Amino acid sequence: MDVGIVSYGAYVPRYRITPQEIGRVWGSDGEMMSKGLMIYSKSVPAPDEDVITISVEAARNMMRRVPEVDPQDIGALYVGSESHPYAVKPSGTIVAEAIGCSPNMTVADYEFACKAGTAAIQTCMGLVGAGMVRYGVAIGADTSQGAPGDPLEYSASAGGAAFLIGSKDVIAVINHTCSFTTDTPDFWRREGQDYPSHGGRFTGEPAYFKHVASAAKLVLKRAGSKPSDYAHAVFHQPNGKFPQRVAKMLGFTDKQIEVGLLTPKIGNTYSGAVPLGLSAVLDVAQPGERVFVVAYGSGAGADGFDITITDNITRLRRLAAPLVSHYIEDRQVIDYATYAKFRGKIRLKGGSA
Amino acid sequence: MATARFWRDNPSRYNLKAVRCGNCGKVFFPPRAVCSVCHRKSIGKMECMSLKGEGELISFSVVHDAPSQFEIHKPYVVAIVRMDEGVMLTSQLIDVDPKEVRIGMRVRTTLRKVGEDGPAGVIYYGYKFAPVRA
Repeated sequence: MDVGIVSYGAYVPRYRITPQEIGRVWGSDGEMMSKGLMIYSKSVPAPDEDVITISVEAARNMMRRVPEVDPQDIGALYVGSESHPYAVKPSGTIVAEAIGCSPNMTVADYEFACKAGTAAIQTCMGLVGAGMVRYGVAIGADTSQGAPGDPLEYSASAGGAAFLIGSKDVIAVINHTCSFTTDTPDFWRREGQDYPSHGGRFTGEPAYFKHVASAAKLVLKRAGSKPSDYAHAVFHQPNGKFPQRVAKMLGFTDKQIEVGLLTPKIGNTYSGAVPLGLSAVLDVAQPGERVFVVAYGSGAGADGFDITITDNITRLRRLAAPLVSHYIEDRQVIDYATYAKFRGKIRLKGGSA
Repeated sequence: MATARFWRDNPSRYNLKAVRCGNCGKVFFPPRAVCSVCHRKSIGKMECMSLKGEGELISFSVVHDAPSQFEIHKPYVVAIVRMDEGVMLTSQLIDVDPKEVRIGMRVRTTLRKVGEDGPAGVIYYGYKFAPVRA
């Protein structure tokens, strides 16, 4: 049985802020940060957006592309995020109601830093492969925050994507998936803390590069493939430079990662990063092409995927929902004061929505 | 607002659940048990349906003096929209500069936060309008 992606949908909020504007406020060289991180703007959610609204928008875009799929045939839905609006109360139940697939199904929220969305894909693959559900929905979405003035503030952004996983009419077969996981404290947020902490340079070699490269090599070995076999590659992208460097280390070219590299334009969407990059690839992918994917989550682990695009992609109503390029181009740049207001960095009297 | 009271209306707030009179065809949102035109002739004939979520802006107002929960949004737009099924809905129009709003523009519904019971309370989600750009 071929298990894979039946449909997909993406969403990115339309507000943007530039590293230059953030640097202006904190007395840092924003231009240098922009060049160093290879990030030219990052997405900012509106005050009435959160992981639930982003997940709903992505999941509805996913369902718009497959009107023939009855939402009641979805047996599982997982939302992966590190910024769930509730500490206790699942995001997934609201998403499930909003796409009409409840109540005869299972739902759970996932958390594994930036790779919770791909962990959800793996879970859905298992359930579909075992015949326990006909379709599973895997979502990766975040509205990540960096502490004011912290280097993370230049990259932490918002967005998400949803995948319908099944075994019938798949547009992309997931041939293999492998993970590489260790206890590596490179980035964390303690319960009750507003902002995450990180190990600075420790987030590089022993964390991102070791895990991404190890998972990538596991996938290549399992698939018996080499980098040149793939038309596209998507790597987790906390900034623009890490994925370029790891791609080069592994033997992938800049051209192979070009379509799925979105961080320079929208920042690091955390759990949404690889799902959005893969969505951008699916927007343009042709039958027979192979796609290589490695997500990374701090803490730490990496999920790798070997994917083959099928003929069914030509029958998918790709234009029934906005392409990733639409969300990237539909943007409104805001200043730091507006950003601070939108992101709750200003203390207000009473609540807000 | 009482959590249970809001929760009861979630099908309409999330998915625009409406009813159509099986006698005269008139659509009602939120759903009602009896048609306001046909009265007793409609009893047992009100059919459940969902609005598709797209419509045309009929009128709007820009709010500069907002209730406390909406202070962060101001100035913001409140719009009356005639949905393609004929029924009129009122909600906030988002992702738009108030200067760009025009009567007759096409809009669609999207799910957003519409309120919360303070920082420790339940978050309420519901439909808002956004311009059709894609």
